Amino acid sequence: MSIFLNENSKVIVQGITGGEGTKHATKMLAAGTNIVGGVNARKAGTTVTIGGKDLTVFGTVEEAIKETGADVSVVFVPPKFAKDAVIEAIDAEIPLAVVITEGIPVHDSAYFWAHAVAKGNKTRIIGPNCPGIISPGKSNAGIIPADIAGPGKIGLVSKSGTLTYQMMYELREIGFSTAIGIGGDPVIGTTHIDALEAFEADPETAAIVMIGEIGGDAEERAAAFIQANVSKPVVGYVAGFTAPEGKTMGHAGAIVSGSAGTAQAKKEALEAAGVKVGKTPSETAALMREIIAGL
Amino acid sequence: MDLYEYQAKELFAAHGVPVLPGRTVETADDAAAAAAELGTAVVVKAQVKTGGRGKAGGVKLAENADEAKEKAGAILGMDIKGHTVHRVLVTTASDIAEEYYFSFLLDRSNRTFLAMCSAEGGMEIEQLAVERPDALARIPVDAIAGVDKAKADEIVAAGKIPAAVAEEAAQVIVKLWETFVSEDATLVEVNPLVRDPQDKVIALDGKVTLDENADFRHPDHAGLVDERTENALEAKAKAKGLNYVKLDDGQVGIIGNGAGLVMSTLDVVAYAGEKHGGVKPANFLDIGGGASAQVMADGLDVILGDPDVKSVFVNVFGGITACDAVATGIVEALKILGDAATKPLVVRLDGNNVIEGRRILDEANHPLVTQVDTMDNAADKAAQLAAAGA
Repeated sequence: MSIFLNENSKVIVQGITGGEGTKHATKMLAAGTNIVGGVNARKAGTTVTIGGKDLTVFGTVEEAIKETGADVSVVFVPPKFAKDAVIEAIDAEIPLAVVITEGIPVHDSAYFWAHAVAKGNKTRIIGPNCPGIISPGKSNAGIIPADIAGPGKIGLVSKSGTLTYQMMYELREIGFSTAIGIGGDPVIGTTHIDALEAFEADPETAAIVMIGEIGGDAEERAAAFIQANVSKPVVGYVAGFTAPEGKTMGHAGAIVSGSAGTAQAKKEALEAAGVKVGKTPSETAALMREIIAGL
Repeated sequence: MDLYEYQAKELFAAHGVPVLPGRTVETADDAAAAAAELGTAVVVKAQVKTGGRGKAGGVKLAENADEAKEKAGAILGMDIKGHTVHRVLVTTASDIAEEYYFSFLLDRSNRTFLAMCSAEGGMEIEQLAVERPDALARIPVDAIAGVDKAKADEIVAAGKIPAAVAEEAAQVIVKLWETFVSEDATLVEVNPLVRDPQDKVIALDGKVTLDENADFRHPDHAGLVDERTENALEAKAKAKGLNYVKLDDGQVGIIGNGAGLVMSTLDVVAYAGEKHGGVKPANFLDIGGGASAQVMADGLDVILGDPDVKSVFVNVFGGITACDAVATGIVEALKILGDAATKPLVVRLDGNNVIEGRRILDEANHPLVTQVDTMDNAADKAAQLAAAGA
């Protein structure tokens, strides 16, 4: 098992003919991902050869699903066109859409999220502005480097891409069932809670690392969820203790307004829910190693 | 990007939201001229991007042009919570019958928009929300359905806006929604939204935050940036396309890749600094993926130009970014900067192509560069060097 993505996942790439799409399709294929095609309305019917594999470019997500049985789409479409691309994926009812694109206007994200809700949430959206999801040894949908860590029993959920990589690296000797970067934007499709719920239900996941950062109240809500619903051990890390109020630190969501959303408040909420919170990534990894050793 | 009140009101006016006539000026003489032109008693309002202007003495009533000159003279140059007043808005003084509160904002937790409305405006809304939560209506707004007249009526009723002005308030709210959506705002706040003695509803103040991710469809928004009040280093970094934030009271310059890792680096440096006389991180700088030599040079140039910086910590985890490219970038950057580079650099590389990256830095053997192989130890070294150089 693993969450959201496994060895049977059939993946298409929206924006496969663009620079980023091609580059990462190559890496995903090399990591063993079963990529079955791409989507670009203007190049429908053509074939691209990526990593020695011929992939059909379909005109729409719907057509790609019909022809290939795809159940995951990875979206590399530029910000200007991302809203339409995600809506297309939702309308085609693809089970999982991983939106890598950075810099999507929040009105567009709020719109496609509302559209997903109106359509009954048949499509799980991960992102936007995220590194994607990897179930090591099985499949990789996004831009997380596949060689950092192999399969194992830790589940990881993080707002940040590079902290995902850092934590996978720190815990590479144990390995991961699934690592998922949910993205740092104010509106995201999959939350910490969604991932925690799935990891709790996943028999291959023995313990969970949750990485948060300043802004919003997602970590506080996750803490409440953990207290009520998660029996597996959870280790937490929160970035941004020294970030000043009112400044945006790269992630559109990472901004502290007033007293809400500070790293300290998040750490306290997590600790109150029984989560061990590390002060640094390395300390967090050490806490996880202790837990794994004691299982 | 946060707008000034006068900029917010210009957007309001462009979308048909009623505002009072006014002019923005930068000198006391121009304030007098503006007051004379308006021909009424005026309010002179400091234009700063912070709240509490009134309490700080930044908002004054003036009966005539002479008084406007005097009041503007006192307000211009004033410091309000660290913001220097460079300009004032001179606007018609209005008789106020009642003050309401209104805003549209993003509700992150529920992944939708929110309208907040109250018949009890004027005061700090955070205070109202805490002290009289029932008086502040919070109505979710669907991003697709938006706010039509019927929805606006619902909001007005929930906010307990008096019946006599409910119709007009609802019309104003529809126009504020148009402003919110068509300008790609993440916040539109009017506090107070006033009722005048003739039962007109007017936006007396305005606070707008625009989403910079949407700049591609708003070329006109570039004109709203106020370069004068931007930090000089931040302005320089922005001109080079760098994601940089200057921090107060810091001595360790930070360069890293990825917003989360850089935020984490700031924290780790601050913890390490506790053992070295309390040195702190001096900035946030995310060079993003695929850092070229030029990006590294630009980043180092900005950071080394900060007189507060005593040491620099380059912390990169190569995911997509290859460590050999980063190492080459550092070496090239130091060549480009030449004698301008004078501060010690601590470099920690890990991940993609790390062995080659470390080899490149070892071979270059630059006297300013120290390699440390873990984030914690590198932070400690950088803090130690900053303390020694301070």
